[in-house]
Amino acid sequence: MRPPSPSIPEKEFVYEALKQSLRLDGRNHLDARTPTLDFRQDLGWVECGYGKTRVIAHVEAKMTKPPPERPLEGIITIHSEISPMASVDYEPGRPSEEEVTITRMLDKILRRSDAIDKESLCVVAGQRVWHLRLTVHCLADAGNMLDCACLAGIVAFKHFRKPEVEVIGDEVIVHSPLERSPVPLAIHHMPFCVTFAFFPDPSMRPVLDPSLLEQRLSTGQMSIALNAQREICVLQKAGGVPIAAEEVLRLIDIAVTVAKDLDKFVEKRLQEDLGSRKIEVM
Amino acid sequence: MSSFVMPGERVPAQHVNLKLGPGLSELSVARGSGKGPVSHQPVVATRAGLLNHSSNRSKWWVEGNSRRYVPAAQESVIGVVSGRSGENWRVDIGAAHPASLDGLAFEGATKRNRPNLKVGSVLYARVSLAHKDMEPELECFDAQTRKADGFGELKGGFVTHCSLQMSRLLLDPKHFLLPLLGSRFPLDVAVGVNGRIWISTKEVKQTIAVVRCVEAVDPDGGGMDETRVKKFLGEMEL
Repeated sequence: MRPPSPSIPEKEFVYEALKQSLRLDGRNHLDARTPTLDFRQDLGWVECGYGKTRVIAHVEAKMTKPPPERPLEGIITIHSEISPMASVDYEPGRPSEEEVTITRMLDKILRRSDAIDKESLCVVAGQRVWHLRLTVHCLADAGNMLDCACLAGIVAFKHFRKPEVEVIGDEVIVHSPLERSPVPLAIHHMPFCVTFAFFPDPSMRPVLDPSLLEQRLSTGQMSIALNAQREICVLQKAGGVPIAAEEVLRLIDIAVTVAKDLDKFVEKRLQEDLGSRKIEVM
Repeated sequence: MSSFVMPGERVPAQHVNLKLGPGLSELSVARGSGKGPVSHQPVVATRAGLLNHSSNRSKWWVEGNSRRYVPAAQESVIGVVSGRSGENWRVDIGAAHPASLDGLAFEGATKRNRPNLKVGSVLYARVSLAHKDMEPELECFDAQTRKADGFGELKGGFVTHCSLQMSRLLLDPKHFLLPLLGSRFPLDVAVGVNGRIWISTKEVKQTIAVVRCVEAVDPDGGGMDETRVKKFLGEMEL
């Protein structure tokens, strides 16, 4: 079900405000909302917030037999669904356009970009590998759930610890977290997603981290997933208003700055959280 | 004097001329159960909140906060036209069902002379019929005088959302926010009890200031008091 279009006064007002470079929440057009990261008792559970947008990501691991065509790699699956809890505009059962976009982007950014090393998930070649399952719940939609979901996903993977495993001959012993401290995943790089929204008139400049109304009224969106080392994983622009190549390069430069800031922020939050836990190294 | 109640709790409301306000309803108990005359039905709370009653105990009501609107008759709401079905307009008022508004339910409307509404127009209307099993119905004129009295299409401006308690606070003439904003710049406001507010000012900056102040003063968003709102407006250069 498509969410209802905004009313005529809302549309005219937002366009008029954008022509004067003003946004409804008082931000500048290249200001993103400050993200928040909340951890709980379980390792690999994180609640990410961008203003009022909230997404929960949760990583679980179990051992399975790998498929015969890839016996040396672990398996990573990502499940994401937008329930009507996020907003009245989403219907249960039928995936909305936004949900399909988020599922595809999460897949490209977290799985296909090889952010997580799959070979390190192999325990016994051809017989036992770790199957990591990431579940993403969208709790509240106040615009830009995509960036929020991607941040929550990668932080959940970084936060997660898998149980220590010992292989003696044919026997596989999985140690409980109380016996031996669990092991972090091998993560190659931390991709972050940055979304810009475009509007019909050229005097309305592109806006970073759109709010809900800006997202509904935009005539094009571009999402860039990149890491702090200036490597672009995904650049998605599905239809919408055409953008000049120089503009795209300029926005990528802005995205690089945002990604670097996010990297520092995530590192700081993870350190704070780890400091407050007791994961003794034996 | 006020105690906190949860939905389903029995309320000791007994009076000869008992009037139940929002959040309370009578349970219909089967009569003739042979236990003696039952002159009053038990009253039960249907919403969570603070239970209040008037001094002579004849009027009882529950004051709570939520963001989801449940239509009740004779309430003024702001709706957005979402479609048309024959003669009637489908209007979204933020309730479980879209409301229906007759194309002729405007002051001075005849078959030849109808108001020209479009999908996406914003209206200020009065709920004329609201039952839990039927679609609510709206009218754009006052019930007794049949004159527009402010109802009808709202042109221009901007619509924002707030919690239901905030819209009730804004309708209270003793609340500080609207007079404070009105003293800084000229302002046109329509408040719907369904948690929607229409704002119209001369400049975009002023409307954005009103929207941010309403969000800040909302009990859901922190409940800013008057001195902090004045400082907030100062930061926005107004």
